Amino acid sequence: MATLGKLDSANLNGGQKLAVKYFTVALVLLGAQVLFGLFAGMQYLKPDLFYETLDFSVNRMVHINALVVWLLYGFLGSVYWLLEEESEHKVVGLKLGNLIFWVLTAAVTVVVLVYLFVQIGPGKESSLWLINEGREYIEAPRWADIGIVVSVLVVFYNVAATFSKGRYTGIGGVLVLDMLALFGIYLAGMFYTTNISVDQYWWWWVIHLWVEATWEVMVACIMAYGLMRVLGVRRKIVETWLYIEVALMFGSGILGLGHHYFWIGTPEYWFSIGGFFSALEPIPLVAMVVHAVFDAGARHAKNSNHPAMAWLIAHAFGNFFGAGVWGFMHTLPQINLYTHGTQWSASHGHLAFFGAYATIIIAMFYLALQYWRGKTWMAGELPGNGWKWKWSLGLLNLGMVGMTVSMLVSGYVQSQIERAIEGSTWIGYFAAQAHPWFTQGMWWRELFGVMFAVGFVLLVWDLLTIGRGETRAMQPAVAEE
Amino acid sequence: MATSQWWASESFWRKTAIWVTGGSFIVLILLTMDTLPQISTGSQRVPAYSVINHRIEYKFDEQRKVQVPVLGAMEPLFGKELNEAEAEALVKLGKLTIQAKNCMNCHTLLGNGAYYAPDLTKAWLDQYWGTKEIREEQMVEFIKDPSTRLHNGIGRRMPRLGVTDEEARGVVAFLKWMSSIDTNGFPYNFKSIEQEN
Repeated sequence: MATLGKLDSANLNGGQKLAVKYFTVALVLLGAQVLFGLFAGMQYLKPDLFYETLDFSVNRMVHINALVVWLLYGFLGSVYWLLEEESEHKVVGLKLGNLIFWVLTAAVTVVVLVYLFVQIGPGKESSLWLINEGREYIEAPRWADIGIVVSVLVVFYNVAATFSKGRYTGIGGVLVLDMLALFGIYLAGMFYTTNISVDQYWWWWVIHLWVEATWEVMVACIMAYGLMRVLGVRRKIVETWLYIEVALMFGSGILGLGHHYFWIGTPEYWFSIGGFFSALEPIPLVAMVVHAVFDAGARHAKNSNHPAMAWLIAHAFGNFFGAGVWGFMHTLPQINLYTHGTQWSASHGHLAFFGAYATIIIAMFYLALQYWRGKTWMAGELPGNGWKWKWSLGLLNLGMVGMTVSMLVSGYVQSQIERAIEGSTWIGYFAAQAHPWFTQGMWWRELFGVMFAVGFVLLVWDLLTIGRGETRAMQPAVAEE
Repeated sequence: MATSQWWASESFWRKTAIWVTGGSFIVLILLTMDTLPQISTGSQRVPAYSVINHRIEYKFDEQRKVQVPVLGAMEPLFGKELNEAEAEALVKLGKLTIQAKNCMNCHTLLGNGAYYAPDLTKAWLDQYWGTKEIREEQMVEFIKDPSTRLHNGIGRRMPRLGVTDEEARGVVAFLKWMSSIDTNGFPYNFKSIEQEN
């Protein structure tokens, strides 16, 4: 029986019980990402902070690895969340799925502890197997890579087998194929080569084809599901848009990979291919939501979960601006020559990861809590007028936009002084880093980072308390036909 | 109603999605098959590891209108000419060290990595090392114990990473080899160390 206003796992189906475990770890890792990001940002301003104890390289590695892993946990949680409802069937092999959750979480814990307390090793292959692979974003040592592959194979089995035994919806079909691609691509990053051009060629297969292709399709599936749940949008509309998105995302994103092949030793024809296709990448990012919201408005739909809907809208705009506009700004090779490997990349990276991915997973957190508390009321007129979710939404988004713009200012200074004037030498690099305009940007970034951290604390507080003791049942998300 | 149009139908877009995805992926595979031989070790764009026996320059190419690496006279690294296998072993030690010491989370290599420390693509050619006569030993000593050496005016310093003498020589070999890769003019407008005799 559903118990209204109380956190009770009896309110959830089997897949959803596993999903909330993934969500919980995801939230903890987001906290780690914020904390180590603040450390790394502070080291730009106070370089002696934690020198030779917790160096920038360690903080930055934990910062970006926590990012990758918490988003993956968010995706896996979201997939388990929607699995039984979509397939109309109990999760096949749920026990194994639960076991793998604990194995994966134990492995992540060990990896992070080794990052923090061992940090580096001698120049031998054994260091890459046991400590740190030393390749940005996929630093996890090789033993952990193998563990990740085994784990995701189990998740894939859960998902594919459940849809096969139940029913395949459009969302289900796209999801299964996308997960297959997502996991297959990871294998491209699991080898050592001395040739750094070949190394980075395949490394980008993992990083780009995840972030700018398979992850985007993953969030499109989650968005399609979320819009049906929160706004009561018709399946036919979201699934048609899902196919359009897949066509546009993969049509631009797969060959958009070329924008990473301008400067790593690869031939010049990648200029045209990378430039053209990545210029198309922003197109698909906002269409489905605009249509859905328009459609919902036209049919006077009732929104059943205000915080989730707000974060879905934040996702639509964040994805378009962060991944789309900020990426397009420096994707053409003629501009990228000056911006590649500067604070421009950091600026784009922050807004894109947050806008495209963090936002939609936070929306799923709210959706999960609404159901976990027995399908409680989460529309308007929340206690305190819902100030906690509104303020955390505001602080997180404003903090992120502030960081992004600050880093962009520093990036402009860096491109101008280091690249255009000084010619990319060591002296040129530090001439830019020492310039007051650059350091001002770094101060503002840290300040907005603190704002973001406050928003995060408020978010956790809100997630722990929203809907507690609520006596009103959920306002159903139905629309007039 | 609009949804009855063929261009708004679910099945049309499902088919389109499948064809576009499959087609793009096949094109990517074909391009990969064309690119990989062009960046294999010993190719024109990515020279063999024994290139560390030569002087490497970075010169403006009038036709391409970008700077490109140019191989010069014999100038063996650490004064010792290596055969291909020995050169590969040394460069490999350097690359393994660069990965095991997590260099990429402060520096960029070929422009990829973190932005806390200078790009290493042309580190071998950087004017910071003074003259080409003292460069090699300067680099080895710096990598082994950077913490007390002059870096810059803003107080950012590389930490001691426990790099051995042999590993440091490997890193220098790797950096010299990396500076010979044709990166289409990246980094732009680079001002190289004086190398003429």
